[in-house]
Amino acid sequence: MNPIVIEAHNIVTMFGDNLIHDSISCTIHENEIYALLGGSGSGKSTLLREMIMLQTPKSGSIHIFGKDIANLSLSEAQNLRQQWGVLFQSGALYSSLTVGENIALLYKEYTELPPNLIRELVKLKIDVVGLPPHSIHLYPSQLSGGMVKRAALARALALDPKLLFLDEPTSGLDPLGSRQFDALIKQLRDLLGLTVVMVTHDLDTIHNIVDRFALLGEKKVLAQGSLDEVLAVDHPIIDYFFQKEAHGIQG
Amino acid sequence: MKSSSVATLTIIDTASHHLFQCEGDWTLYSLSLVATSLDSFTPTKPLQWDITLINKFDSSGVALWSLYSRKYAQQGFVSEIIGKKEEHLRLYRLLYPHPNEDTLPPKQHNWVYRIGREMHHWIQGVDRFLDFLGEAFVVFLDSLFHPSTIRYRAISYHIITAGFDALPIIAVSSFLIGVVVAFQSIVQLQKFGADILIVDMIGISLSRELAPLITAIVIAGRSASAFTAQIGAMKMTQEIDAMKTMGFHPYLFLVWPRVIALMLVLPLLIFFADIIGIFGGMIIASTQSHLSYTEFINRLQGALPIRHFIIGIAKGPFFALLIALVGTYRGFQVSLNTESIGLFTTKSVVNAIFLVIACDALFSILLTKLKL
Repeated sequence: MNPIVIEAHNIVTMFGDNLIHDSISCTIHENEIYALLGGSGSGKSTLLREMIMLQTPKSGSIHIFGKDIANLSLSEAQNLRQQWGVLFQSGALYSSLTVGENIALLYKEYTELPPNLIRELVKLKIDVVGLPPHSIHLYPSQLSGGMVKRAALARALALDPKLLFLDEPTSGLDPLGSRQFDALIKQLRDLLGLTVVMVTHDLDTIHNIVDRFALLGEKKVLAQGSLDEVLAVDHPIIDYFFQKEAHGIQG
Repeated sequence: MKSSSVATLTIIDTASHHLFQCEGDWTLYSLSLVATSLDSFTPTKPLQWDITLINKFDSSGVALWSLYSRKYAQQGFVSEIIGKKEEHLRLYRLLYPHPNEDTLPPKQHNWVYRIGREMHHWIQGVDRFLDFLGEAFVVFLDSLFHPSTIRYRAISYHIITAGFDALPIIAVSSFLIGVVVAFQSIVQLQKFGADILIVDMIGISLSRELAPLITAIVIAGRSASAFTAQIGAMKMTQEIDAMKTMGFHPYLFLVWPRVIALMLVLPLLIFFADIIGIFGGMIIASTQSHLSYTEFINRLQGALPIRHFIIGIAKGPFFALLIALVGTYRGFQVSLNTESIGLFTTKSVVNAIFLVIACDALFSILLTKLKL
């Protein structure tokens, strides 16, 4: 198996008196597409937010590339942030900037590349995610939902990250668009050697592209592994997720 | 990442070619030097890029190669690569699946066109506001025939938030206005030995003009923005659409409670501002010109005819109507992107303050002509 990229260990998260994660652990290996799955309110987005340092767990540790993200110096944290890309659920494109400027911003801030090369790179990223060339000049408010996701993915890929976090990448897309997006992510993983961590509800995504996943429920990780491994575990929530939702309600 | 070796480019001239000897990491953070040297280089012979010694590369390396080999190709010198590997090709094929084409930014129009367009937008804006007013009044008239649809609870809520909660800021502002007016005029009046006229000055100017205007401006800044932001946020979360589908007219639920509440409460706030403002002036009169409080109040009863006070108060509902209508109208204009809420909140405050001042000027001219 490939080396471990992310390791979450005994994470406990509380919002006030409300326990979200009761000592959960998971490991994510290099070059795999890993999904966090669970019903709404199961804390899967919260776990993702903890991995990308938007929230801190009450206890437990998260190691990314072998470093404990709770004990990073400012420059180490900054360094780490440049090695990952994050796609937010609603895109979170900066609404005052065009798509091209949204992507170019990262190059302007973090590299010393000349403007013509930045322009070239922005065009490439837009092309890679399958946006039409003229969208470089459009503002986020002028894009459709699917285009916003693609533009946000292009921005997440700007710095050639090793690690890609996706928060519900296919939510709000039509079924065809969702499958295309899945294929795009798989292609990028294969070609760029990315490690992809995603939060998703989409069972088709799980069937099609996800290598391993963790199913969160009852504040715990109910099962972790490939689809076959998880299906072998006997638990009512797993049955609920995979039998009834995937194959229509039986009985 | 920072410890990576810098990308280097050595240019060797052979008999038939320029040979680019590429070494190091051709990645985002280490390419800038190579890019500058390529930028200043003008080829005179065909080019060979030897990339055997590159140990790491990413999309910026590929983009750099592609950009400059295209540029040199335009000048008539072809590039060939020595030592390319499968991984280079894979990334290249991902990044350049089809021929690169340039897109031009949207065409800029000339100034005549832009002035015309702005004018057109402005007229459309007025049109939309009239549209809003018309529909709002129809809804209002309809609700008069069905008094049970009037939102009394919402009205009382807005009386508290837009009126009662504004008392402290209005107290401070009007007190300071009273102090400033007294201070400035007392110096002038003392030159003529007419200190006592300070009472007339403060009484009339505050109750007729300054207190209503200051109160209205403070409320415009405070409530017009709040109304726009509240309604705008509801628009963004589609609450307004939800109301419409349930058959609740948003103007009835959101506009009129705010308008009515503000029309009821603004005259009261002006009355409050009158008292505090005159009190502020009274303090300055007693400290600067030894005019006792009793003298001041005695003089005030004679010097301030009731009509000035009534005119001041009567402006309240008009100002309130303008502020509340502009604030709510701008709220409904908010569209689904996050930027627009800030934009329309700003517009709403600017419009409300302007309309208040314009309306006050109109009153001033009208009432003077009527000799009131």
